Amino acid sequence: MDSEPFVLSLLVSNESGVLTRISGLFARRGFNIDSLSVGETQNHLTSRMTILSRGDAYVREQIVRQLEKLHDVKVVELMDLSRTVLREQLLVKVRAAPDTRSQALDAVTVFRAKVIDLAPDTMTMELTGEKTKLDAFITFLEPFGIIELCRTGVTAIGRNGYVLTHKEKE
Amino acid sequence: MKLSGAQILMEVFKEEKVDTVFGYPGGFVLNIYDELYKASHWLRHIITSHEQGAAHAADGYARATGRTGVVIATSGPGATNLVTGIATAFMDSTPMVAITGNVPCTFIGRDSFQEVDITGITMSVTKHNYMVKDVTRLAETLRNAFEIAVSGRPGPVLVDIPKDVQIAECDFIPKAKEVALPLKAPDNQALEQAADLIASSKRPFLYAGGGVVAAGAGDELVTLAETIGAPIGTSIMGLSAVDHDHPLFLGMTGMHGRYAATQAMDRSDLIIAVGSRFSDRATGNKIEFSKNRKVLHIDIDPAEIGKNIPAYVSLVADVKATLIALNACGLQKSDPAWICEVKELTAAPDNHLAMDKSRLNPEMVVKAVNQRFAPDCPVITDVGQHQMWTAQYYSFHKPRTFITSGGLGTMGFGLGAAIGACIGTGMKKTVLFTGDGSFHMNMNELATAVTHHLPLIVVVLNNSVLGLVRQWQTMFFGRRYSNTTLNRATDFVLLAQAFGAKGFRLDSIDKLESVLDKAFQLSGPVVIDARIHRDEKVLPMIPPNGTIRDMIVRG
Repeated sequence: MDSEPFVLSLLVSNESGVLTRISGLFARRGFNIDSLSVGETQNHLTSRMTILSRGDAYVREQIVRQLEKLHDVKVVELMDLSRTVLREQLLVKVRAAPDTRSQALDAVTVFRAKVIDLAPDTMTMELTGEKTKLDAFITFLEPFGIIELCRTGVTAIGRNGYVLTHKEKE
Repeated sequence: MKLSGAQILMEVFKEEKVDTVFGYPGGFVLNIYDELYKASHWLRHIITSHEQGAAHAADGYARATGRTGVVIATSGPGATNLVTGIATAFMDSTPMVAITGNVPCTFIGRDSFQEVDITGITMSVTKHNYMVKDVTRLAETLRNAFEIAVSGRPGPVLVDIPKDVQIAECDFIPKAKEVALPLKAPDNQALEQAADLIASSKRPFLYAGGGVVAAGAGDELVTLAETIGAPIGTSIMGLSAVDHDHPLFLGMTGMHGRYAATQAMDRSDLIIAVGSRFSDRATGNKIEFSKNRKVLHIDIDPAEIGKNIPAYVSLVADVKATLIALNACGLQKSDPAWICEVKELTAAPDNHLAMDKSRLNPEMVVKAVNQRFAPDCPVITDVGQHQMWTAQYYSFHKPRTFITSGGLGTMGFGLGAAIGACIGTGMKKTVLFTGDGSFHMNMNELATAVTHHLPLIVVVLNNSVLGLVRQWQTMFFGRRYSNTTLNRATDFVLLAQAFGAKGFRLDSIDKLESVLDKAFQLSGPVVIDARIHRDEKVLPMIPPNGTIRDMIVRG
């Protein structure tokens, strides 16, 4: 069966060890995590996690059901991507001597990135967008020489009325 | 009322009606043990030889009684020694609460003496675990632990309590145990689908797992079988769910299952799986297993539906509530030709494999013990050939009387579990079938059995080899017996005496009755060293990932 990427959004208790429980479950059952981002929500007792994973229908279903069994996991939603906004942030530092810098700056304009640090030989940029946009930006920058790169991982939120709410677990 | 953490633990035990705990003291549970001392008039603590034995004892206690088993161990090695016991309970869905001590909070993370991250270690073998760093959260956490252990699909929960939290005091407000919520009933629409599916089946087969025992739903299962005319097979965990004398009961299915049970399962057009997770040992080749038939899967754990075998219809609810609901659906009998065919299977010679009667064989020993035992006495096994022989030849009649490590397959489980089961059932005569390999792993617990004068009969089916592994080496590894020929000099009779128990040698058929007679007359622990041939095999056998067509019936 085809291995398709999918996005899971989770509401979890904001307690120590929760991240280990979740990543441990993926490791133990042989599921993939392509990216994971997590942070506190408007309710300080709850964190929201976005996991980018992949697998066939069987894997997708097992991941959701196994996650739902964890006591620290309050809500698991397999995001309907037609109603979801996905974003990821990239920070990247490239070689940018004065003679090549203007080309890099062109890319910043086209990709609507931001320069956040400039030094005699390097330039650091910030870009937020969908994963594919970030990938394209990185590909463009490769010839300059990428010194360092970090990505936050995908984070996701539903449009309009598509809201994750706590349900009482049975 | 201001109480210390250790006192709060005792109060929650009282709320949860815990009257027996198993454990082993140590430096970082001293405060808990001090309170156990004061509570000894209502709370019995059984000290074992090793924390692993205590964990298995708590597990055996829970399996025999249906109540939550409790085990206490100190930090560090005490806690790590519990891990195999906790993992065993997790795989077989036994309700258990494990309490561990730990170094004081300010020492955590500094590799202090006897410090170990037991919540990290047990994360994947517990339903949930906690480290409590604030005494004001202790009572609530412990109550949650007991609730989680029994709710839904049962399992072990660990609570790690640092020493300073055991000492710290806070206000304790007693709380009556909440009235249990009604059991989760199946969804009406799914129930209708299930009833339609059963009605359309000409050859239904009921497959019972450990969930039927856990839910106490054996009677309801039998009613369904009788109503629709379906034979019953079980997994090893479901073996004591139904009375083996029932005409529809065919036995265990799977790798070492009974011929008729596995055949009938293969010939069915519908498997009604109840409280079972379709382990690889039960199904063999999963793709072949799912061909030509539909599966109706009933389980309390939604994650089990479709995990190993795709379900055509599923009912995620309490097994007992579901069976009661199904039995009220006005179902009719299936095609009578099906039961006739099943009867032919049960009469087939392959369904009555007999061992070589010219020498003392395991079948004789198991059956002779069986004859002497009351039907409500707990029967425990370790892991290996003796476990399969017990599963094949012992006739069970009451739920919770067969206690075995089905999922994890833990050699060394038996003696601890037998101690727990014996104590839990109010000192009923208990038998442990073990092998010389398994018994060597944790026989130190004989000391515990002797201390408490338990009416325990340990039958060591002694073949001087690791028989089940040897059997595989014979069949699949060209008789290269790598490290399975033990031939140890251990004298189990003298060993029993050294521990303060009685020991008997059983090395020929003519001694069988007299040795068992003598052993049964004694009230304390007895070890019977039953010498069997090292090439006795567990048959039939379906090789791993095989199908019924690969079944080996003769060695």
